[in-house]
Amino acid sequence: MRAARKKRLYLILLIVAGVGVAAALALNAFNQNLMFFYSPSEVSSGKAPPGHAFRLGGLVTEGSVKRLSNGLTTRFEVTDMDKTVSIEYTGILPDLFREGQGIVAHGKLRGDGVFVADEVLAKHDEKYMPPEVAAALKDSHDKGVAAGAKEAGL
Amino acid sequence: MLRFFHQLGSPKHFYRIAGAWIPWLAAACGVLVLYGLYQGMVVAPTDYQQGDSYRIMFIHVPSAWMSLFIYVVMAAAGAIGLIWHMKLAEVIAISSAPIGASFTFLALITGSIWGKPMWGTWWVWDARLTSELILLFLYLGVMALYSAVDDKRTAARAAAILAIVGVVNIPIIHYSVEWWNTLHQGPTVTKFGAPSIDLRMLIPLLVMAVAFKLFYLLVVLMRARVEVLERERNARWVRELVERS
Repeated sequence: MRAARKKRLYLILLIVAGVGVAAALALNAFNQNLMFFYSPSEVSSGKAPPGHAFRLGGLVTEGSVKRLSNGLTTRFEVTDMDKTVSIEYTGILPDLFREGQGIVAHGKLRGDGVFVADEVLAKHDEKYMPPEVAAALKDSHDKGVAAGAKEAGL
Repeated sequence: MLRFFHQLGSPKHFYRIAGAWIPWLAAACGVLVLYGLYQGMVVAPTDYQQGDSYRIMFIHVPSAWMSLFIYVVMAAAGAIGLIWHMKLAEVIAISSAPIGASFTFLALITGSIWGKPMWGTWWVWDARLTSELILLFLYLGVMALYSAVDDKRTAARAAAILAIVGVVNIPIIHYSVEWWNTLHQGPTVTKFGAPSIDLRMLIPLLVMAVAFKLFYLLVVLMRARVEVLERERNARWVRELVERS
C-alpha cells in the first residue's frame, strides 16, 4: 500500500474511533435521560422525580385489574417482580393491555403513592407464536406446576 | 477471478456486467417477494397476542434490517472511495443513499402503523425510534451534501466523510433496546440462543429479508449505471454506446 493511501486509511480509522469515543461518553453521560421509563423498584426507592410527570414501566400483576365504580377508571398494579406500584387510569386501554403483559404509563405520583396515569402504552415482548402453541406451552407449564405441587405433598 | 474484479472496477465493464445481471436479479427478487408475501400473509399462523396485526413485521423487520445494512455498505464504499480513489466505490456509495433512506422511511412508517393499535401511540421518543429517525436524517444529509457540491468527485468525498462519521449510529440503533429501557421490544431473531418466533413465521420473514437484499442489489446497480453514464458522458465508450442505439 502506498504511503498516501495508508495515511488516508489511518485518518479514517482515527475519525471513526474518535467519533465512537465521543458518542460513548455522551451517551454514558445522558444514560438516565435515555431511559424511557422508571421501574417500580426505582419509584419505591425514590429515584423517580417527585412532583414531575414521568413514565413507569412494568408487568401488570395477575388479578389486579379492577374497574372503579364510575365505569371509566381502571385500577391495576405493575410489578418488576420486586416492588409493586398501583396505577389509576381513566381512558381507553391499548389492544395488548392484559394481565401479565408489560406496559408503560405516563403520569404523576399522588400523595398516597398511587400513580395517576394520563397515558398507558402496551409494551410488546419479542415472542411470536400461534395461539395453539401458546396454549400448549401454558398447559405444560400448568401441568409442571401441578406435578411439582403433588411432589411437595400439597 | 482477479481479472473479473479488476474489470468490474472500470466504469465501462461495470456498465456492461451490471446490465447483464439486472434481469436475473429482477426475476429472482420478484419470485421471492411473491413467495414471501404469500407465506407471510396467508400461510403463516396468527399470533397468540396480536392476531393478524403482527403480519406487518414481514415488511417492517426486513426494511429495518436493510436500513442498517445499506448504511454500512454506503459508508464502507465511501471509505474505499476515499482511500483508494476508486470511482466506482464513490458511485456505489452515492447510489445507495436514496435506497437506504427509502427503507428507513418504510421501517418508520410501518412501525408507526403497527404501534397505534398495539402500543396505543403512533410515536414515542424512545432510544430505538429516535436513533432510527436520526438514521433517516443521516441518509438525507448525505444526499443533500452530495447534490450541493457541483464537482461530483469532491461531492462524493464530502458525502463519504459524513457517511463514515454517521456509522457510530449503527451499533446505537442495534443495541438501543438492550442498553436502555425502551418501548420497542428486544431482538427476536438476531439474539443469542434460539429465535423466540415460531418457525412458520420465521421462514417467510427470512425469505422477505433475502428478497429485500436482492431488491437493493437490483436498484443499486440500476442507479449506479445511470450515475456512471452521467459521470463518463465525455468518455469515448459512452459516445459509442449512444451512437449505436
